[in-house]
Amino acid sequence: MKKSVFFGAFAATALVSGMALAGTLDDVKARGELICGSNTGLTGFGAPDASGNWTGFDVDLCRAIAAVVLGDATKVKFLPTTGETRFTALQSGEVDVLVRNSTWTYSRDTELALDFVAVNYYDGQGFMVKKDLGVSSAKELDGATVCIQTGTTTELNLADFFKQNNISYQPVTVQDDSEAQRQYLAGACDAYTTDASGLAASRATMPDAENHIILPEIISKEPLGPVVRHGDSQWADVVRWTYYALLIAEEKGITSANVNEVAASSTDEEVKRLLGVSGDMGAKLGIGNDAFKNAIAAVGNYGEIFARNIGEGTTINLARGLNALWTQGGLQYAPPFR
Amino acid sequence: MSETHAQTVTYVRDSMLPPAPPPVGERGAVKWLRENLFSSPLNIALTVLGVLIVWWLVSASLPWWLNSVWNASSLGQCREIVAASAGEGATGACWAMVRERWHQFIFGFYPPSEWWRPVLAFGLLFAALAPVLFAGQKRNLTLILGGVLAYLVVTLYLAGAPGVAFALSLLLVAGLLVVAQVAPGRLLWFTLIFPALCFWLLWGGSIWSPIVAMAGFGVLYAVFRFGSPFIGLAPAAGAGVVAAALWWLYIDHAIADRLQAALPFAIEAVRSDLFGGFLLAIVIGVTGIAFSLPIGILLALGRQSDMLIVKTLSVGFIEFIRGVPLITLLFTASLLLQYFLPPGTNFDIILRVIILVTFFAAAYLAEVIRGGLAALPRGQYEAADALGLDYWRAQRLIILPQALKISIPSIVSTFIGLFKDTTLVAFVGLMDPLKGVTQIVRADINWKGIYWEPYIFVGAIFFVICFGMSRYSMYLERKLKTDHR
Repeated sequence: MKKSVFFGAFAATALVSGMALAGTLDDVKARGELICGSNTGLTGFGAPDASGNWTGFDVDLCRAIAAVVLGDATKVKFLPTTGETRFTALQSGEVDVLVRNSTWTYSRDTELALDFVAVNYYDGQGFMVKKDLGVSSAKELDGATVCIQTGTTTELNLADFFKQNNISYQPVTVQDDSEAQRQYLAGACDAYTTDASGLAASRATMPDAENHIILPEIISKEPLGPVVRHGDSQWADVVRWTYYALLIAEEKGITSANVNEVAASSTDEEVKRLLGVSGDMGAKLGIGNDAFKNAIAAVGNYGEIFARNIGEGTTINLARGLNALWTQGGLQYAPPFR
Repeated sequence: MSETHAQTVTYVRDSMLPPAPPPVGERGAVKWLRENLFSSPLNIALTVLGVLIVWWLVSASLPWWLNSVWNASSLGQCREIVAASAGEGATGACWAMVRERWHQFIFGFYPPSEWWRPVLAFGLLFAALAPVLFAGQKRNLTLILGGVLAYLVVTLYLAGAPGVAFALSLLLVAGLLVVAQVAPGRLLWFTLIFPALCFWLLWGGSIWSPIVAMAGFGVLYAVFRFGSPFIGLAPAAGAGVVAAALWWLYIDHAIADRLQAALPFAIEAVRSDLFGGFLLAIVIGVTGIAFSLPIGILLALGRQSDMLIVKTLSVGFIEFIRGVPLITLLFTASLLLQYFLPPGTNFDIILRVIILVTFFAAAYLAEVIRGGLAALPRGQYEAADALGLDYWRAQRLIILPQALKISIPSIVSTFIGLFKDTTLVAFVGLMDPLKGVTQIVRADINWKGIYWEPYIFVGAIFFVICFGMSRYSMYLERKLKTDHR
């Protein structure tokens, strides 16, 4: 039974606890499965559906990484992590990569010994108010009661914003998004503040969505992206370039539907290198040459992932905004693939 | 009597008047109302206030209950149906969410084709508990086992269990029923093998690993039995534990693998991360309850012991575990332990949580039982000594039966608390029914914004289970009541 594992593990602890972690890439290959630290459930970004399949914007990036490393996008185990456990789960090696709406900040990057390898979603904190409040800018919220989740960076951002604009507010602290939505709808607070993507999802599911507006001010930068352990550059490269491959695919118009066709017919050298038709690019990273092709075939390019999970046309209905490609006025920019 | 008086004293009545009914104010509902609700100005005021509050609660929530919607595919659709049937602005419960997601509240992500396994394990749990809860009472045992049989017939059929498993489990319970008629005491053997059976049913895999692991206890017992005449009780017990540990560490796996190679018999293995909902809560709760009681008793005895090391260890363990919040222990289980383990070891998270929850409950139980021990009159201990009983016999025959009886209400309180505390595993990312599953349901765009329904659903199931435990403890108290207070 598991008791043997228990005793064995304790006996072995003394012997091997000093050993450094082997390369994550080799670990994942040996295990035959990627363990991806995911959210405990965030609309549009990562949650299991009624039959237990994980779907979402972040989930698709995990699947892409699995497709790159193992050639199979289904070989992912999603380990739900909470706001408290996420970074420790990564540090202790319980997960290989964390794709869980984590904001890239200075102290997380340095003190926590983590590496944020890319930004897959540029978010920012916004406000939602009822239309009949007659407010069109966050600066008019003087004296308002604001619903805010405790223990998040949004709480600090809020304090900064109101202080800078020399206006006052009254916080109504809530525990999570569902409670916030409930309080806001019940009229316990005039405004609800959290990441703009979260506001959009909340608004989309309100019984009277047309009576609520999201104010234009975005008061903070929330670059969200995949995180890996510090000091394993090879693995960081794998995650980073998986993500860039999805961006390049969108830039070059490669989709999950036409990837095989493009691989066969394209004359673009960068595309040929990306899809493993020419050159020996995969080997430099310790993965197969057709690895990125597998990823694109499995989950599609960045634009497809965005459109499928959170983009315009879904209930959440987020515009690309900052997350458009650099060629379309956004911030998503991948270095050249050569 | 009346004959004589009838002649002499004419004004004395010779027959009884029929008793008149008491005045209206002194009988029936009016009397009850007067005495209980309107006996003084203060009580009148409180009654009126109470009625107003109840009225307010009912009038506020009744429409919500009455407008319940059971058939819808999203919260938005629920709202449309409510608006269509009860008018614009009406509110209504959206139980359609429960209808669509109930299986995640019950089984988590457990594969649907294997649902019959937890269902079967749950039924057999009662069959295993029965001989403990109702020792030797043929009637109650028969009732429970009959109930389990009926439950299994229905649920296994609904869960689509394979024919062989269906037949075997019914045969097993029918066999237990027969044993209950012939020799109720023997049923305890099933209770002893149930943990291994349950583990195998829930996690699956080769049947040999639980069997060989259980054989470790056989090794322990054999060493203890054959060693004790030569080296004494305590050293023999110690040697038994060492032998069993060696068995589990070095021999267990090899033998289980060989047996599996020779006689392969396995069911589909299910990983721990697929466990969730009430399956998870009950696995953690029941295991914690079953193991914390014996550990708690030993700790309580250890704390009262004269042996310095035993006493110090017990006190240290109890005070440390009781002094730390359960959430800290859970974080330790989920995060800190991983640092100490060699890289690449995957020491099952549910097992880690169960171990720490068990320790936590055991520390509380130890103090509860110590209270029971302290409540016993000194004379009971002296009587045991006077009878010439050794320590363990005195504890087993005289002290513990009385001390445990005194502590029943507090022990059951601790158990109920432990069972409800299993929801705290949500903080380490496990899918407990209250927060974990509710959160993933709410993360679905179709059900985002749903608030009371999951809480009410989960709360109702918790209530049924905890209320059952509480009623059983009251029954047990009545049954064991021997004093004449």
